[in-house]
Amino acid sequence: MSKQVIIPFGPQHPVLPEPLHLDLVLEDETVVDVIPSIGYVHRGLEKLVEKREYTEYVFIAERICGICSYIHSNTYVSGVEQIMGLEVPERAQYLRTIWSELSRLHSHLLWLGLFADGLGFESVFMNAWKLREHVLDELEATTGGRVIQGVCKVGGVRRDISPEKLDEMVKGLKELEKELERLTNVFLYDRSIASRLKGVGMLGKEDAYYLGAVGPTARGSGVPIDLRQTGYNVYDKINFKPVVEMEGDSYARCIVRAKEMFTSIDIIEQCVKKIPDGPVDMKVTGAPNGEFFSRAEQPRGEVIHYIKGNGTKHLVRHRVRTPTFTNIPPLVKLLKGVQLADVPVVVLTIDPCIGCAER
Amino acid sequence: MAYLKKSPWIIHYDASSCNGCDIEILACLTPMYDVERFGIVNTGNPKHADIFVVTGTVNEQNREIILNIYNQMPNPKAVVAVGICATSAGVFRECYNVAGGIDMLIPVDVYVPGCAARPESIIDGIVTAWGILEEKRKTMNTAPAAADAAAEPGPVVQEPAGGAQ
Repeated sequence: MSKQVIIPFGPQHPVLPEPLHLDLVLEDETVVDVIPSIGYVHRGLEKLVEKREYTEYVFIAERICGICSYIHSNTYVSGVEQIMGLEVPERAQYLRTIWSELSRLHSHLLWLGLFADGLGFESVFMNAWKLREHVLDELEATTGGRVIQGVCKVGGVRRDISPEKLDEMVKGLKELEKELERLTNVFLYDRSIASRLKGVGMLGKEDAYYLGAVGPTARGSGVPIDLRQTGYNVYDKINFKPVVEMEGDSYARCIVRAKEMFTSIDIIEQCVKKIPDGPVDMKVTGAPNGEFFSRAEQPRGEVIHYIKGNGTKHLVRHRVRTPTFTNIPPLVKLLKGVQLADVPVVVLTIDPCIGCAER
Repeated sequence: MAYLKKSPWIIHYDASSCNGCDIEILACLTPMYDVERFGIVNTGNPKHADIFVVTGTVNEQNREIILNIYNQMPNPKAVVAVGICATSAGVFRECYNVAGGIDMLIPVDVYVPGCAARPESIIDGIVTAWGILEEKRKTMNTAPAAADAAAEPGPVVQEPAGGAQ
């Protein structure tokens, strides 16, 4: 047996903007074991429910993470609404779906850029982020915020989108779709990317399922879990199919995200066609009394918000289980057997979002 | 700042930020905002960096890492605290694992407001820090001994004021 060496990866590492620390146990150049340690960005914001009213806490819930911000607030408010038995106006639900998909689009483009940068394709990084600015412009025009939107509230949404703006948005997204095709062709048909990623960081279907992989990490291994199929918001009225790839390697996870962007655009178009007229919020009185597990599909996978109230303005407990947290055991599994030089790229394929994972 | 003698390189560290400011800093580097036109490059090595861009708050786990990065940077150096969390801990002020803004640990030259800070204000902050960097360089050149003496004893590490127990 050759000598084992431990190499630290992170917390401050050029490939990740966020602090994730991994101790890589190496034999020669091959990773044989990985010891993850987290806690660099833990803030303890779940405890703040005791100090903030449940309506104010939406802002904190949104700031769990700056990339998945919108979907966090959406999941939290739908949990509270379920406890209180509120029938949120349908137009608000459609708007929430549109914003969810816009934020998925921006997150996937962000990931595609970082991933290309990790591979050494800096021009693709720049192009992906250039296209992402278009999505951020749409978010800013409709909500007022680029990455933190603050548009969800208990009982509906704060802003309506005018029909003209909705049409304009669809037109803009149609333009974007063409650009996206050019961009994703790099990932779908380029031989150098395929040879770098195919067969690297394998995660079998069984492993993905038993280790609790979620989102594109699971779907890249042939596990067809997509929480949007449970039909929260108005996903039950939308016709779409989750993108599933069977190979379970880094390439498959990359393809899943690349194709999901087109699904998102398609969902937004369907929403704009079906959106009814009406109010976008309702008056909310009282306070939640009871508990609820609220689940939603984030760009990185399934997020669960557990909310418990006792009839006062302050919730008793709020617990978040984020996709990156559950994707860490699969990450440890898929890093084993990888070459050291491939580690940054393979870590990026689960799209780690440490802000979420540690809260 | 009329005549620029230097391309400031930045190092970015995410100290328990929510990511919002971090992705905005990255957005500054990409074609829409493109800070490379000022010669600003994001480097991963503290020894190559002139400006330390920090987002998020101080906690027990990342305290040493912030100090490590700061102490490894060569003089003259400037620190930019991006976002309200880095300035004063913002909405997370009362969290049990949040000690406070970055200025409780290292001297901060520029505070960039916002949650999340907008790319325009981040660029403004970095360009302001660059002016401060030039000032510091001039002081170092005119009185090298005095500047060294002022810069040598590193940052004062304060205990968190009531924050993390």
